[in-house]
Amino acid sequence: MSVLVLAEHDNSELKSATLNTVTAATEIGGDVTILVAGSDCGAVAEQAAKVAGVAKVLVADNAAYANMLAENTAALIVELAGDYSAILAPAMANGKGILPRVAALLDVGQISEIIAVESADTFVRPIYAGNALATVQSSDSVKVITVRGTGFDGAAAEGGSAAVEAISNATDAGISAFVSEQVAASDRPDLTAAKVVISGGRGMQNGENFKLLEAVADKLGAAIGASRAAVDAGFVANDMQVGQTGKIVAPELYIAVGISGAIQHLAGMKDSKVIVAINKDEEAPIFQVADFGLVADLFEAVPAFEALL
Amino acid sequence: MKVLVPVKRVVDANVQVRVASDNSGVDLNNVKMAINPFCEIAVEEAIRLREKDVASEVIVVSVGTKACQEQLRTALALGADRAILVETDEDLQPLAIAKLLKAVSDKEGAELTIFGKQSIDEDNGQTGQMFAALAGLAQGTFASEITIDGGKLTVSRETDTGEQTLTLNMPAVITADLRLNEPRYASLPNIMKAKKKPMDVVTPADLGVEVTSNIKTLKVTPPAERAAGIIVESVEDLVDKLKNVAKVI
Ligand SMILES: Cc1cc2nc3c(=O)[nH]c(=O)nc-3n(C[C@H](O)[C@H](O)[C@H](O)COP(=O)(O)OP(=O)(O)OC[C@H]3O[C@@H](n4cnc5c(N)ncnc54)[C@H](O)[C@@H]3O)c2cc1C
Repeated sequence: MSVLVLAEHDNSELKSATLNTVTAATEIGGDVTILVAGSDCGAVAEQAAKVAGVAKVLVADNAAYANMLAENTAALIVELAGDYSAILAPAMANGKGILPRVAALLDVGQISEIIAVESADTFVRPIYAGNALATVQSSDSVKVITVRGTGFDGAAAEGGSAAVEAISNATDAGISAFVSEQVAASDRPDLTAAKVVISGGRGMQNGENFKLLEAVADKLGAAIGASRAAVDAGFVANDMQVGQTGKIVAPELYIAVGISGAIQHLAGMKDSKVIVAINKDEEAPIFQVADFGLVADLFEAVPAFEALL
Repeated sequence: MKVLVPVKRVVDANVQVRVASDNSGVDLNNVKMAINPFCEIAVEEAIRLREKDVASEVIVVSVGTKACQEQLRTALALGADRAILVETDEDLQPLAIAKLLKAVSDKEGAELTIFGKQSIDEDNGQTGQMFAALAGLAQGTFASEITIDGGKLTVSRETDTGEQTLTLNMPAVITADLRLNEPRYASLPNIMKAKKKPMDVVTPADLGVEVTSNIKTLKVTPPAERAAGIIVESVEDLVDKLKNVAKVI
């Protein structure tokens, strides 16, 4: 029995979500193979080979996979599927786009965003914005699964010495093409991997005021997140949205500023270790999940907080 | 160009659901139901395409119990032209739903199918991609903007790091993200008109689709509750607690 893990990467760097997925793969059991599908992605393959607990790295280095188009990448995985009892990917934009396609082509079900492995065929996943946890069992011959990073510790990035094998598959379905990408440049830690996250909501009033949060983030080495209301209002970019339909985070410390605490927002952060809420409305639901709540005007409280750090 | 929009009946987004006491699922008795918000965005996008004369007809389709007619009527009131209910009392998995929708699409000859990116009940986010795979079509998931020009569809998609633009051959499949558009409200005259719009009812057997599933839900449990927190009196107090009690800064 072996498990295939689709690497999340940008052709130069292996993303940490892959490490959490390797842990889930190890818990399922069997040899773990990482598939690096990309173009000029040799550096990623080298990093993947060093991940602890990985037996083999397959590299499909071809222009067809440069942007991990779902049509091409799914076809590649289906070609390899026969050797594996489970196929896993991080529950990120790539994995969420690709794995349902893989499952449909294999005529099996797909299990989304697992947070725990009970056994090789039984998994736990949140439903209803995390208001319930479903334990599901699959009798499919191959399990196709996306993994929520917050449910699993990352495997060690160093210490392994897997064999790297180049594969020559080059499926270009020819039905989709990459045009461009706008990557929001940031020197801050990745939102889903940061130890501290400070998020702003509608209460921030505009994008300019997010500078208040940046000043705190600079001192704490934090990533900056946002509520949907803040993103919809155009204060900040969409990749900063935390919640049921945005990013799922579980840092050591989550600071919610001017966020009311709608269920859809809580779904993305309520597994954080320590939650701080700063809100001027003492009735705001965010206080129900906060370990430390401060009822205050954020425009006074945030600068004062920053000054004390 | 015919546009097909699958819509799902789900618990209203404002309802805080509770796990049933026998752990079989969530308690849906007397709970307000609605069109899945992402499906509503998909319906809106299709109607806008018809208003711009890019689409000729908008067909909404739902798979589920008779009660789904309610959500199909809502979609008709928003401006869809006609509706199809694939009626079944079985609790189907995304793969089975994708197969049923593909059978409907094949019959209708839809050139574009717009899904919501996920449903807010099961949070699977699979059906659109599965449908695209079964139909051998390109997919534009998590779409925040689409334009159609000369047999090609250009889609901007929300990714983990920003935004990506792709072109897709038509026919194509889109899954709608939150920022694709802001859905309109149905006007009273349109709600009245919707009652007269056609609604076909078919069964999975009519479509010749087998709807078995190999994934079983063993139990549904409530998530761990967080221990109650405290309200701190001042910013100084907050910093002190974070440093000395929680020890996270
Ligand atoms: C299908 C669907 C998916 C969704 N997905 C997400 C998601 O992924 N993530 C998400 O976040 N939301 C999501 N939402 C939206 C969610 O329901 C809420 O609307 C949203 O989270 C509200 O954002 P907010 O808390 O910033 O705004 P509001 O609810 O307007 O809250 C603003 C808060 O700021 C406080 N405030 C204002 N001024 C100040 C001040 N000067 N000082 C201190 N406090 C102040 C107010 O007291 C208030 O509590 C989704 C909704 C739907 C229907």
